[in-house]
Amino acid sequence: MSRLLVCPPDHYRIAYEINPWMHLEGQADPTVARVQWDALTAILEKECRATLERMVPVAGLPDLVFTANGGAVMGRTAVLSRFRHPERRPEEPHFERWFREQGYQVEHLPEGIFFEGAGDFLGFEDVWFGGYRQRTDLRAYQVVGAFVGRRILPVELVDPRFYHLDTCFCPLPGGELIWFPPAFDRYGQAVIMDWVEGPRRIAVPEEEAVRFACNAVCVGRHVVLPEGCPVTMERLESFGYTPHAVGLSEFIKSGGAAKCLTLALD
Amino acid sequence: MVYETVVLHGHIIDSLLLPKVLDVILQSGGTFELADIRIGKTREEPSFARIVVRADPPDRLARIIAELQSHGATVEKEADCRWLPAPADGVFPEEFYATTNLPTEVRLRGRWVPVAGIEMDLGVRIDPGEHGAMTVPMAEVRTGDRIVVGREGVRVAPLERPAQLDVFGFMESQVSSERPHGHTIAGVARRMEALRDGGGKVLFAGGPAIIHGGGRESLAWLIESGFIHVLFCGNALAVHDMEAHLYGTSLGFSLTGGPGSRHGHEHHLRTINRIRAIGSIEEAVRSGVITTGVMAACVRRQVTVVMAGTIRDDGPLPGVITDSVQAQAAMRAALPGVGLALLVASTLHAVATGNLLPASVPTVCVDISPASPIKLADRGSLQAIGLVMDAASFLRELARELGWKE
Repeated sequence: MSRLLVCPPDHYRIAYEINPWMHLEGQADPTVARVQWDALTAILEKECRATLERMVPVAGLPDLVFTANGGAVMGRTAVLSRFRHPERRPEEPHFERWFREQGYQVEHLPEGIFFEGAGDFLGFEDVWFGGYRQRTDLRAYQVVGAFVGRRILPVELVDPRFYHLDTCFCPLPGGELIWFPPAFDRYGQAVIMDWVEGPRRIAVPEEEAVRFACNAVCVGRHVVLPEGCPVTMERLESFGYTPHAVGLSEFIKSGGAAKCLTLALD
Repeated sequence: MVYETVVLHGHIIDSLLLPKVLDVILQSGGTFELADIRIGKTREEPSFARIVVRADPPDRLARIIAELQSHGATVEKEADCRWLPAPADGVFPEEFYATTNLPTEVRLRGRWVPVAGIEMDLGVRIDPGEHGAMTVPMAEVRTGDRIVVGREGVRVAPLERPAQLDVFGFMESQVSSERPHGHTIAGVARRMEALRDGGGKVLFAGGPAIIHGGGRESLAWLIESGFIHVLFCGNALAVHDMEAHLYGTSLGFSLTGGPGSRHGHEHHLRTINRIRAIGSIEEAVRSGVITTGVMAACVRRQVTVVMAGTIRDDGPLPGVITDSVQAQAAMRAALPGVGLALLVASTLHAVATGNLLPASVPTVCVDISPASPIKLADRGSLQAIGLVMDAASFLRELARELGWKE
């Protein structure tokens, strides 16, 4: 049974610009955002049979909806994020309180090292990847690796549109990978290709990458991704997954979609 | 060239981070040296690399370091060096830092300061204002001198390859009697020409086998022609050189052929006595008693001569320093400006000179037995090129290479 942390979009809006997607003049519609978020959570609960834990939204913290960035959870350990942008730092105590209340062992990074949680830290059974340069500092992975006892291979993110690893890289439970190769430098591409053999890699076309095809949530054989990504959907089906398209336009205006709106707890 | 040491750890091999960082250094116009690398033995075990990054000018290095930091490299933690007062005259504090012959810096109040007078096996003394540091031999340390202890805040630079790729471009201490010598000797000659024309100094340390073996004329020619500026030797080289002038023998044997001279074994004693009576080698040359050979050439060309005595010396000649600590100090004082050292046919003087030379001075050790250059290398003079050959043949070939006509 998959457990995911979500946060209702009661206070969601575009309040600042900290990535190329955010524009104050391209404001998200709160009603549409609410409908889209309800649709996403309904699919996750009803179709995918995931258990959702709901955080209490906080006024003044519009991006608290993007729970993937609050930390990384591995077993009963939660490594708390330290956001690069000061705009998101006030979210940290709220995530920390939630983890503590749920009984997680909370780990902090040393002062001065940024880490943006599951947004930049994703993996397979035997190997984990850490995106760096745009948000998370590479040095964070030396610390996180020790906390969670996993091997983490850092990969540099080179395209500002794909500023978190989860915007261009989505490992699937069967060992396949949805990814957008140009978001990585040639070293990162080589490392990823070394770990995931050719037939198991689903390289999404650019027009779907910018619709956040890679920002998908996997629950068992179900994959929930933003609408408008038919090529990715077809490839997922060919691997025996059940893709679910959901409209998430209002969240994409902030640079996030299905994956960003959830944090895997198990 | 300025440098900084950075460390990388984590899964730097399988994430290709190490090759990437090295590529970044090269593409940004720097160079690197992998000072230390430890590769994790299991998949979970992280690896570690310590990288010395060099670049000029300093702001380019700073840009490279900033770029490397974004790839997870951290600048090695630096601390000032530690010092303790010398507890007594001639005694270093326990755990004193013992020097190598490589360029060395110490960190004083946050600044890296080069250590002056680099020489192996000494201590490092910090000036009272903590602005400078220089090497100090054990015998010369005075109570209360600030002597560097431990290794923290001390860094040693490996030798940089010279831009000019002559025979010294690939300095190596391999010693073999089975390598052709011609190319090396020609390379030495070219350097001697360059040093003479550029005002640099050539140091020659030699033993009496040069005289016995027939190298006297060629060595004297090299000195007369201005190719040698400092001579280190013992009593014997000078004695037999002047014996050759006065008697035509070396240790009693005629240099031109024939059997041993009658009472020839006395020649060198009579030579010593003669010079002692005159008062000095300089005076013997000036007064016309000695007019040919190595010592005469040295006096005429005002070569700096340091003669160091040993316990088996006869006489000795006036000018031979019989206190070995004083002899060391006199040799040390003659080193500034030396750009090439030729250590020929004397294990004792070769090793003594090798100990005093910084590794940056190209050094050639010539001996009929490989033991001498091997000993030199084993004692840390890794820059020395060994030539296993007869001293006189070496000198004749070198002199011919520089224009000597027999």
